[in-house]
Amino acid sequence: MIHRLVPGALTFLLLGLVIGGAFVGLLSAAGSVDVGTFLLSPYTRVVVVFTVWQALLSTVLSVGPAILIARALARRPAFPGRTLLLRLFSLPLVLPTLVGILGVVAVYGQSGWFNRLMVGLGAEPQQFLYGLPGILIAHVFFNLPLATRLLLPVWGAIPGEIWRLATQLGMNSPQVFRLIEWPLLRQVLPGAAGIVFMLCFISFAIVLTLGGGPANSTIEVALYQAMRFEFDVGKAVQLALLQVAICGLLVAAGQRLVRDVPLTPTVQRPQDRPDVAAWGGRIVDAAVLLIAAAYVLLPLAAVLRSGLAGPVGAVLADETLWLAVGRSLVVAVVAGSLATAAGWGLLLTSRELRLRRYRPQSATALETLASLVLVVPPLVIGTGLFVLLSPVADVFAIGIALVVVVNAVMGLPYVIRILGPPVMRAGEQHDRLCASLGIAGWNRLRLVEWPLLRRHVATSLALTAAFAVGDLGIIALFGTQDTATLPLLLYQRMAAYQLDAAAVTGLVLATLCFGLFGVIEWGVGGRGQR
Amino acid sequence: MASVDLDSVIFQYEDMRMQFDLQVQDGEFLALIGPSGAGKSTLLALIAGFERAEAGSVLIGGRDVTHQHPSLRPVTMLFQDHNLFAHLDVAANVGLGIHPGLKLTAADRARVEAALEQVGLKDLGRRLPSQLSGGERQRVALARSLVRDRPVLLLDEPFAALGPALRREMLDLVRALQAARNLTVLLVSHQPDDALYAAGRTAFVHRGHVLQVGPTRDLLDGATGPELRDYLGEFQVKGRA
Repeated sequence: MIHRLVPGALTFLLLGLVIGGAFVGLLSAAGSVDVGTFLLSPYTRVVVVFTVWQALLSTVLSVGPAILIARALARRPAFPGRTLLLRLFSLPLVLPTLVGILGVVAVYGQSGWFNRLMVGLGAEPQQFLYGLPGILIAHVFFNLPLATRLLLPVWGAIPGEIWRLATQLGMNSPQVFRLIEWPLLRQVLPGAAGIVFMLCFISFAIVLTLGGGPANSTIEVALYQAMRFEFDVGKAVQLALLQVAICGLLVAAGQRLVRDVPLTPTVQRPQDRPDVAAWGGRIVDAAVLLIAAAYVLLPLAAVLRSGLAGPVGAVLADETLWLAVGRSLVVAVVAGSLATAAGWGLLLTSRELRLRRYRPQSATALETLASLVLVVPPLVIGTGLFVLLSPVADVFAIGIALVVVVNAVMGLPYVIRILGPPVMRAGEQHDRLCASLGIAGWNRLRLVEWPLLRRHVATSLALTAAFAVGDLGIIALFGTQDTATLPLLLYQRMAAYQLDAAAVTGLVLATLCFGLFGVIEWGVGGRGQR
Repeated sequence: MASVDLDSVIFQYEDMRMQFDLQVQDGEFLALIGPSGAGKSTLLALIAGFERAEAGSVLIGGRDVTHQHPSLRPVTMLFQDHNLFAHLDVAANVGLGIHPGLKLTAADRARVEAALEQVGLKDLGRRLPSQLSGGERQRVALARSLVRDRPVLLLDEPFAALGPALRREMLDLVRALQAARNLTVLLVSHQPDDALYAAGRTAFVHRGHVLQVGPTRDLLDGATGPELRDYLGEFQVKGRA
């Protein structure tokens, strides 16, 4: 069945064209630059040290509290508002970065809620946001909920029998943590921390807007400045190659750290933990959850409030806004569909390799390839494609197409993660039956795969489309007045200190993002039926 | 005519090299017994076409099907589970045996109804598999095998999860269908009792080879080879002289 290998080959081709093309561009320009001098220069050292330092601090500040929050959530499976809190924690994942930044500024900025409270209490207002504190506040806003959600399954995987045993042995809360929870956590923490570190390491929009100047640049931001303001392609290429080298090392190190948690799922019904009733624990858990909820909720509320208080009529009457909305919608739908189709195709092929041809190594290699974009962050791809294409095409004219393609490639790892397990399960359970009944091709897609995978396909599509709608990365590199997407328009307004208009634009972007997410989940996922 | 012949069929699974030789007559009921991992299911999968032989040939009704696609072979196979699509109702699951795209005429639908009635599931066509018991689900799979109307029925422990009485009931149903349609049936089972109850002949599979074949009672009673004796252990044929 050669045709089962075709979808994966097409995805491979897409990745090859985008990432391979970027590499060709980078390497073709690398020959003409003096790598040694560049690597040893004080400038490079400052950028690299700051990039690592802020990522490290962001990771500690996100993952540390996340342990407390996840533990409190696990210990209180039935407190009122738990579901609501989990929903709240899923918002920052989809929320466009710039909108989150608007919220952070509205809460912690000079005339923000925090300072107004301080003044109310008789203190002097403080300007502390721009620089490392702002970067950390925003990184924690986005990554604390993510880390919590990554860690929470650890507790779900502890069998009820363990709690019965702990109760019988009379363990108290610290003993439970040391003997039961920590050994499991220790296996999951490196993976979760690795993901958060990576995201902060390649962070772009947050560092660009809250960094407060060139002194606080990550490699991604330095790349952007070299390309957009210094017009120094040689420097950009060097930074890009440096970024790829470090990311490659980090991903390779991360692969070695991640281990499977050996847990046997249980059929027993859930059992209460022994330390659930103690008053000390109750108070600590309540405080932890309250603070966490406030930390995530306040910037979101601030976005809503300042957006509605802004010049709504004037902003909505502006044609530029609607043109940008239109472009963003097209980018989102096309990039999301491309990512989902490419990811699904890749999985069908890797399933064929795994289940039918007994080539699990090839299948794994193919799936790993989809995550290659982690090693080659968007602005690196942008720089490479710029070098490759600028001799033959007007890269600013085809900017939108580049944005679509790069966003699709960036969405791939998420699609693989969401669709991978159900696609494999559908194959394991139904491959033989389909083969014996001759259900193949279109019939198989329509009668077997689609009904089983529909919900997961919708989630992939909704997530990748929402990411693309809110992305300020590659569009910052190639965007012009005529191709501005909504995030770029928002960034331009923030950079020009039109903060009132920016607040309204941010609210429009958030609405567009969540609206698109919801429409796809309902429409494509069929949540409205049955 | 649907005899089944395996002629020096070679298959490599991990580090086990299997070689099967087996002749099954048209209309016969043959049981396959043997320790788990011996290759019983692989043998059925080779006949059904889910696994491809590296060498040798598989003949059904005298025709070489070694390289034929599973859906084209004159064979229906029932697995231990996942015989049904959980998201499709019973009638659709049976209907897939008539057309793999579910394009069914009124006559086709009537055939589905008739098949369901034949396996004792009249009027349950609208149910989802999750609303049925384990035995009923396997009856649906049997109903589908009826509408597919293939002369060879391969049963890969489809009744293993059922209790003894229900298992007997299902074997009775299979035997009735076999008699009505002159099916050739191969049954993989872990229960020598089942073999004794339903199968005229039994084959003992051990480490990728068919070690012994014979009339079920003689094979189990005589238990000549040391491997078969080890496998059967304390098992005794009731009513033995």
